[in-house]
Amino acid sequence: MSVADIAFYAFALTTVAGGLFTVLSRNPVHSVLWLILAFLSSAGLFVLLGAEFIAMLLMIVYVGAVAVLFLFVVMMLDIDFAALKAEMARYMPLALLIGVIILIQLAMAYGAWHTSDGFQTRLAAPIDGSVENTAALGLLIYDKYLILFQLAGLILLVAMIGAIVLTLRHRQNIKRQDILAQMFRDPAKAMELKDVKPGQGL
Amino acid sequence: MIEIGIEHFLVVAAALFVIGIFGLFLNRKNIIILLMSIELILLSVNINFVAFSRFNGDMVGQVFTLFVLTVAAAEAAIGLAILVCFFRNRGTIDVEDVNVMKG
Repeated sequence: MSVADIAFYAFALTTVAGGLFTVLSRNPVHSVLWLILAFLSSAGLFVLLGAEFIAMLLMIVYVGAVAVLFLFVVMMLDIDFAALKAEMARYMPLALLIGVIILIQLAMAYGAWHTSDGFQTRLAAPIDGSVENTAALGLLIYDKYLILFQLAGLILLVAMIGAIVLTLRHRQNIKRQDILAQMFRDPAKAMELKDVKPGQGL
Repeated sequence: MIEIGIEHFLVVAAALFVIGIFGLFLNRKNIIILLMSIELILLSVNINFVAFSRFNGDMVGQVFTLFVLTVAAAEAAIGLAILVCFFRNRGTIDVEDVNVMKG
């Protein structure tokens, strides 16, 4: 057994265990941490597959952005998670049934699957051994799939604006800094001098 | 000893996919775990794409993984924003309370 084989089995095991404990964990913070473990170990699987750029992207996008976003939301919302988890046992039989059915379907699909003859001649972008992974991916997305790449950026822009619009709110009863009012403030009008005689009030 | 082939990666991806579906049915009340299960399903699809890309020698699978990653990130951001909005209005994230549009 080579080092790559051992690495594959270790990463596969941690990926599946991370996924399983993500859905089974009682505490949602633990769920997010298990999700991070699943993402990290599948990034390891991608490195084993020779897709280094996708692996690093998975770490940056999923672990760095998405999982941290989940963590923020879990910690920000004050929710009684114990009450939400109480009914988990009720759905367990149905969930197990659906899981087993889908597993059987996938097994049947993979059992009957084989690549068609001469697929090597029909590849859209054959992997060239002389170009490294990141460079090959860059050559593709900035050339052949430029429009799709830009549209992916547009999706992210729309998601960003949508998230800001959804969560932004103007609260009425708080004091805010009004910079224009500060700038146009006139010292002459701001205070008034009163000549108070001794022994008298205002 | 069996060489690590495409079947190994497909089995891992299938297991992750089934765990994701399992989580969708198991955590019917908690939208946060539902979103995490969807992320797991998309991750299993990504593993499939990259495995086929590697073993068929076609780079397009990895390009498609890039797009799946983009959509997953956008979906998580919008989903969590809706969740925060909903929690602010209703004080709960129970899926069964999401019925104001039922009429």
